[in-house]
Amino acid sequence: MLYFILRRILMLVPVVIGLTVIMFAIARILPGDPVALAAGPNATPAEIEALSHEFGLDQPIWTQYFHYVGGLLHGDLGTSLLTRRPVAADIAAYLPATLELVCAAMLIAVAIGIPLGLATAVWRNRWPDYLSQVVAIGAISMPRFFLGLLLQLCFAMWLMWLPLGGRLPIIVIPPPTVTGFLTIDTLLAGDLHAFTMALRHLAMPAIAMSLSPLATIMRMMRASTIEVMGQDYVMTARALGLPRGKIILKYVARNAVSATLTVIGLYFGWLLGGTVLVETVFDWPGLGLYATKAIVSQDMMPVIGVALVIGLLFVLANLVIDLLYGVINPKVRYS
Amino acid sequence: MTGPLLSIRDLHLTMTSFDGAAHVLNGIDLTVQRGEIWGLVGESGCGKSLTGLSISRLVPTPPATYRKGEIRFEGRDILKLPLREMQDLRGKRIGMIFQDPTTNLNPAYRVGEQLIDVALAAASHDPSVLGCPPGAGRRERRRAARRLAGEMLERVGIPDAGARLDNYPHEFSGGMRQRVLIAMALIGRPDLLIADEPTTALDVSVQAQILKLLKGTVADHDIGVILITHNLGVVAETCSHVAVMYAGNIVESGPVSNVIESPAHPYTRALMAAIPTKASKRGTLKGLGGTVPNLITPPPGCRFAPRCPLAIPACTAALPGAVDLGADHRAACIRLEALEHV
Amino acid sequence: MTDSVQTPRTEPVRHRDDRLRRALFRFSQSKLSMIGAAIVAVVLFFAVFGTVLAPFPGHVAGAVDTANQFQAPSAAHLFGTNELGQDVLSLVMAGTTVSVLAGFGVVLIGSVIGTLVGAVAGFVGGWTDEGLMRLTDLTLTIPSLILAMAIAAALGPGFTNMVIAISLSWWPGYARLVRGEVLAAREEVYVTAARAIGASPARILFRHILPNVVSPIIVKMSLDMGFAILTVAGLGFIGIGVRPPTPEWGTLLSLSRANMPGYWWTAMAPGLAMFLAVFGFNLLGDGLRDILDPKARR
Repeated sequence: MLYFILRRILMLVPVVIGLTVIMFAIARILPGDPVALAAGPNATPAEIEALSHEFGLDQPIWTQYFHYVGGLLHGDLGTSLLTRRPVAADIAAYLPATLELVCAAMLIAVAIGIPLGLATAVWRNRWPDYLSQVVAIGAISMPRFFLGLLLQLCFAMWLMWLPLGGRLPIIVIPPPTVTGFLTIDTLLAGDLHAFTMALRHLAMPAIAMSLSPLATIMRMMRASTIEVMGQDYVMTARALGLPRGKIILKYVARNAVSATLTVIGLYFGWLLGGTVLVETVFDWPGLGLYATKAIVSQDMMPVIGVALVIGLLFVLANLVIDLLYGVINPKVRYS
Repeated sequence: MTGPLLSIRDLHLTMTSFDGAAHVLNGIDLTVQRGEIWGLVGESGCGKSLTGLSISRLVPTPPATYRKGEIRFEGRDILKLPLREMQDLRGKRIGMIFQDPTTNLNPAYRVGEQLIDVALAAASHDPSVLGCPPGAGRRERRRAARRLAGEMLERVGIPDAGARLDNYPHEFSGGMRQRVLIAMALIGRPDLLIADEPTTALDVSVQAQILKLLKGTVADHDIGVILITHNLGVVAETCSHVAVMYAGNIVESGPVSNVIESPAHPYTRALMAAIPTKASKRGTLKGLGGTVPNLITPPPGCRFAPRCPLAIPACTAALPGAVDLGADHRAACIRLEALEHV
Repeated sequence: MTDSVQTPRTEPVRHRDDRLRRALFRFSQSKLSMIGAAIVAVVLFFAVFGTVLAPFPGHVAGAVDTANQFQAPSAAHLFGTNELGQDVLSLVMAGTTVSVLAGFGVVLIGSVIGTLVGAVAGFVGGWTDEGLMRLTDLTLTIPSLILAMAIAAALGPGFTNMVIAISLSWWPGYARLVRGEVLAAREEVYVTAARAIGASPARILFRHILPNVVSPIIVKMSLDMGFAILTVAGLGFIGIGVRPPTPEWGTLLSLSRANMPGYWWTAMAPGLAMFLAVFGFNLLGDGLRDILDPKARR
C-alpha cells in the first residue's frame, strides 16, 4: 500500500520534467516579445536589453531551463516579468480560491449527480428518465460563462439575493488563513457572519462550475448502475428475496459508484484548469484569473507555474481516486 | 399440505425481440413433491433456465410475456401474485442457486454480510428463522443472523466457517464460493430449491461434493429441488426424477430409473447415446445431428421432427401430447409404438 | 420495441444489409438524435448563409447606428440592439460562420495530428510508442484551456492562430483512441493476411488498418465539435482570438457584460446561439455513437 503510494509519487518526477520542457518550449519558441511588452511602450532598446539581462532571457534556452529547474528544487517558480513578484508566492495566494471553488463544485456535482444517476437508472425508460437525459445533455452543452452571466443577472442584479462577485465584501475582515478555504477558515475562526458571506459569494460560481460535471457524473452513474443491475449477483439477491430498496442502495450503488469514480477524478483535474472562464465572470481571485492576466501580457513564468501546479494536482487527484477505488472495491486493494 | 409443492401447467412464454416473437416455452407441465429432486435436462436454449426463473418470477416482462398457463406453489398461482407476496416467497420459500459462483456473489461485500442480509430479509417474513425471541432489537437480530450465517457455512462444509464470514468472495475458491451460494439459498429455510447448473463451472471432483451436499440437504429438510443441467450423468447420480426439454417443450419425464433405463422419446435416446461409456469403442463418440430450431419460426408439429431419425409426415401435423407410459413416466411422441421395436 | 416485430425471413445471407437497416432503425427510433441532426442542419445553414441572410448586413460589416443604441427586443430587432446600435441578431447569425469553421478546423486538425501520432505509436510500437504516448499523456495533464490561451497569446490575435492554438491542445484524445484501435486491429486476421502477401507497412497502416478505425474517430469528432465551439467562444470571451469587428459569439457575449443589467438582451442571442449549437452537436454525437460504435454504448 505504502509502496504503491510512494511509487506513484515518484512517477511525478518525469511529469514535472515533461511539463516544464513543454511549457518552456511554448514560452521560448513561439513568437512574441514579452520583454518589450513588460518594459512598456516607451522603453529604449538599452532598457529592454537590461531587463532581458536581469531575467536571464539573453542566455541560451537550455541555460534558462536548467536555471529554472534548479530553482524548482527549492520551491522557486521564477519571477513575474510584469509584477516582479515571485510566482510561487502568487500561486500560494491564488490557489486556495481555485481549489475551494473546484471542491465546492465537485461536492455539488457528486452529491446530486450520484443519486440522480441511480434514480434515473432504476426508473429507466420512463418519462422522468428521458427528460433527465435531455436535460443532462443540455447541461453539458451550456457554456459555463453564459450560465454564470445568467445567474448573475438573475440572482445578483434582479433579485439581489446574492453578491455579484469576489470572495468576501471589502468591509468583512478576512479570517486568519489556515486552509485558505474561506468557508472553512471563517468557521474555524468562529465568525458565522463572515462564513455566511463567504458561502453566499461561493454559491453562484460553484453552481456555474458544477453543472457540466453534475450532468456527466449523472450519465456515468446511470450507465454503470444499469450495467451493475444486469450482474448475476443482483439476480441472486433478487432471487433470494432481498428487499428492492436494499438491493439498489446497498448492492448496486456501491459497485456503480466505483465505476463512476474514474470520471470524478478526471473531472476534478479538468475543472482545475477550467475555472478560468467562471473566475473571469465572477471576478474570483483564483489561478485562472491570475493565469489570464499573465497570458495577456505574455508573462510566461506565471503561466508555466500555473500549468505545473495544475498538472501536478491533476495527477494527485487521480492518485487519490485510485486509492478510493481500492477502498470501495476490495478486489483491487492489494494489486 | 396435501397438494404438490409445485405444479406447472401448460406454461407458455414468449420473448419479443427485434427479429420477432420467440415461443421459448411452449406448454410446460411439471409437478414437484417434497423430497423429490427433479433434473431438468436439455441443450442450451431449450428453455430450462427460463422455466427455473419463471418459478421465482425473475423473467423480465417485457420483453417476455406469459401467454398461457399457471405455476402453482402450494396451490397459489405465482404468476398472479402481487409483487409483495412474491417477495415473501423468494429466498424464504423458494431458494435459487445459479451457475457461475464467480459472478453471483457481490465482490464489494464480505460473504458474511451478504448471508446476513438474506437471513434478515427472510426473518422479516418468518422471525423464527433467526431463533430470536419476538420483539428482539435490531442489534440482537443482527447478531443472531451472523450466528446463523456461521452455522450455515459450517453446514455446507466450509472449514473455519466463523472466521471466513469476514472474507471477501475473491478470497474463496470456485467450489467454496458455490458452497457459500448454497448456504445463502438455504439460510431462509426454503421449501423449494432451484439450482441452475450449479456445478457446470466447477471441476469434476468439486462437482461431486456439491451434488452430494444438495442430496444431503433434501434428505435433511424434506424439500423439493429442481436441478437444471445439461449433463445426464449428473441427473443419473443425483436426481429422483427427470424432465427432458427440447425447444421449449418437455418431451419426456418421469422417475430417473424409468427414463434412463428405458428412454421412450427419440430425443432422450439420442442424448443417452451421446454419453460415452466404458463400453463405447474409440472413435464412436456420437453427437446429435443438426441444431436446436429457431424458435421465432419453429418447425410445424413436433419441434424435434427435423432432427428425428424416425420422423414420418404425420409428425409435422401437430404438436404431440404426452403419452402416459405408467409409473408417472410420460413421453410426447406419436411414434412410441414404432420405437418399442427399434 | 413491441412494434418491431418483423415478418420472418429465412435467407441466411443478410448480414451487412441487416446491420445497416438496424442502424438506421435505431437512429430513427432515437428522437433525440433526430432533433440533434435538425439543429445541426440549421446551424450549418446559418454558417453558410448567415451573413447573407442577416436582416442588417451593414452591421455585420461594422456599420454603426448610434441613434438606435440599446433598443429593446422588437419586431425590427428580435434580440434588440447593442451599444453601437447594431442589430444583435444579425451579428449572431453572421457569427455562426466563425464558430462553426473554427470548431470544425480544431476538430479536423486535432484529429489528423492525433490519428497520425496514435497510428504511428500503435503500429511501430517499442520506444516510438513509449515516447509518443508519454508526450500524449503529458499534454493531457496540462490544462487545455490554459495551454490554448498561452499558445494563442504567443501567436497573436487572428482566426488561424486561434484554431492552431486550440488544435495543439486537442490532439491527445485522438492519439489515445487511435493507438488503442490500431493495437487491436494489428492482431486481426486481415492484417496478418496482408502482411503475409508482402504489403508494405505503410500500405498496411493506411489501406488496411486506418479505414477500420474510422468510425470511432468520426464519433469522437462529432462529440468534440460542440466542445470545440465552446472553447472557441471561451477564448473569445476572455479576449484572445478573433478581434472585433468580425462577429464572434464569445466576444459578443464578453462585450455585453458591460451592458448588464439594463440592456440584458445583448447577452441573450450570443449565449443562446452557443448553447443551441453545442446542444445540437452533442445530441447528434450521442446518437452517432450509439450506431457507429456499439462497443462504447452503455
